[in-house]
Amino acid sequence: MLLIHCPYCEEDRPELEFHGAGEAHMERPKNMGDISPEDFEKFFFIRENRKGLVFERWRHLHGCGRFFNAARHSVSDKFICTYKAGEPKPELSDEQIAAVLPPAKGTPANEPIVSKGDAK
Amino acid sequence: MRKFSGFAVVREAMRAHKGWAEQWNTPEPRKQYDVIIVGAGGHGLATAYYLAKEFGITNVAVLEKGWLGGGNTGRNTTIIRSNYLYDESAGIYNHALKLWEGLSQELNYNVMFSQRGVMMLAHNVHDVQVSKRHVHANRLNGVDNEWLTPQQVKDYCPPINIGKSVRYPIVGAALQRRGGVARHDAVAWGYARAAADMGVHIIQNCEVKGINRGSDGAVTGVETTRGTINAKKVGVVAAGHTSVLMEMAGVQMPLESFPLQALVSEPVKPILPCVVMSSSVHAYISQSDKGELVIGAGTDQYASYSQTGSMHILTDTLEAICEVFPIFSRMKMMRSWGGIVDVTPDRSPILAKTPVSGLFVNCGWGTGGFKATPGSGNVFAHTIAKDEPHKINAGFTLERFRNGRLIDEAAAAAVAH
Repeated sequence: MLLIHCPYCEEDRPELEFHGAGEAHMERPKNMGDISPEDFEKFFFIRENRKGLVFERWRHLHGCGRFFNAARHSVSDKFICTYKAGEPKPELSDEQIAAVLPPAKGTPANEPIVSKGDAK
Repeated sequence: MRKFSGFAVVREAMRAHKGWAEQWNTPEPRKQYDVIIVGAGGHGLATAYYLAKEFGITNVAVLEKGWLGGGNTGRNTTIIRSNYLYDESAGIYNHALKLWEGLSQELNYNVMFSQRGVMMLAHNVHDVQVSKRHVHANRLNGVDNEWLTPQQVKDYCPPINIGKSVRYPIVGAALQRRGGVARHDAVAWGYARAAADMGVHIIQNCEVKGINRGSDGAVTGVETTRGTINAKKVGVVAAGHTSVLMEMAGVQMPLESFPLQALVSEPVKPILPCVVMSSSVHAYISQSDKGELVIGAGTDQYASYSQTGSMHILTDTLEAICEVFPIFSRMKMMRSWGGIVDVTPDRSPILAKTPVSGLFVNCGWGTGGFKATPGSGNVFAHTIAKDEPHKINAGFTLERFRNGRLIDEAAAAAVAH
C-alpha cells in the first residue's frame, strides 16, 4: 500500500483514503462541442502510460475530498512529491529523480528503461 | 520434432529418458525476417505458429526481452470462457474456445485443457438481471451459457454456501459448461515447440530498444540488444509494455498499465470441481490439477510497471473468497505475484493495423487475455499475413476510440474479466 502525502491536509495517509484518478495535466477543451475526433480521442482516451516518471491525479476521497497531483516513478512506485491541483508541473532535480529510481538489477520487467535524462 | 505419444513415453522409460531432445532450438538472430513478433508470450507465439501453419510464412522471429512465457502468460489464473456480451467479443472469444478444444491434439502437446465449467454467481436482483441478459445474448451468438437455480449451483459445486444467512447470498448463477482452465505454461511451450518446428526463430533475452522506420514512414525493422534486425512487418504483442514499444514508433496508445495480482494456496485434495467467479464481491477461484486453489485478485488503482501489487488488494480478495466459501477460511496461501496488464478504455482488446505501415498491434487484453490466446494468435496472424483484419477481429481497431465504435465490455461486465 502506498503512503501518500495530501498537499491540502499536509499529512501522509494510507492509500486506502485515496482514489487514483489517472494522468494529470490533461486540459479539458473549453469548446468540447467543436473539437475534432482526433482531439476528442486524445483528450478522452490516449494516455502517455510511461514507464518511468509519471504525473498523475489523486483524490483524497476519504479525507478532504480534494484533487491534487503527484510525481511518481511507475516502476518503483515511489512518490517524488505531491502538489495542489492547478499548480504547474514541478521542476524536479536530478537528486529527486535518482532517489526514486528502482534498483538497476531486477527481473527484466523491472529494469529501468527511462533514465533520469529523458524523464523530463 | 519428435512426436509425443504414449509409445514414446514407454520407449524413453526403458532407456532412462535419454532420448528426449530440446523442444525448441536457440538460434542466432538473422539479419532479415519476413515478420518480427515482439513478445514471446502465449499470444505472440500463437501468432507465429499460425503465420507458419496457415499462411506458410516461416521466416519469422519472435523476440523476447526475458524468457518465453515469463510475463502474463505465466502469471494468470488460466480461466477460459467465452460468455461475453457483445457480438464482437463473443466472436473472438468463442473462436478461441473452439481452438482450445482441439489444441492439445493440434500441437501434440498436452495443454491440460479441462472443460470443468465456469460459474458466475449472482447475489442480488441486479446480478440476476445482468446474468440472464448475458445468458440470452450468448445463446443468440451461439455461445453456451445457462441459468442455474441456487440448488443447481449447489449440485454442480458442492462446497459453495447457498444459505440465506450469509452476507452475499447466492440467488443463482450463469454456467458456461464449455469453459474451464488450461495449463498456462504448457500453452506457451506447446506453441513455441510447434512454431520452432516449422522454422520460426524464438529469440529470448533479446530486448527491443527501438522500431526503425524508412523514409516513407513504413517499418523497416527493430533495434535490439542483439543488434539491428530487419523486417517489413512487425507485430507488437507486448501486453503491459505495449505503450512503451509503440512510443518507439511514434504511436500513442489508448492504454494504461496496471498491476494485477493472483495467488495460490497450499495444495489440497480435490474440493472445487469448477471455476467460480463473482463479479459483485470480486472474487474468482479454481483448483489446479496440483490441488492448489488459484485465486485472482483485482488491479491496483494506479498505473504501474512494478510487477507487484498492494497487500490490501489481496486481503480484499481473500475476504470475498471466504464470504462465498467459508470452508476455505483456514487455507494457507503459498504465493502471490503480480503481472502488468494493459487496459483499454472500453476493456476490449486492440488487434489491428496501426497508422504506421507494416506495424501491427495486438494488445489491450487487460485482465483477461489468457482465454483468448489461440483465437487472438489466429486472427492476428491473418491480419499480418493479409495486411487486413480477419472478419472476427475487424471491430477491434485502434480507430474505434476516434470514431466512437467502442466494444464496451467495461460497461457490460463492470468488473475485471
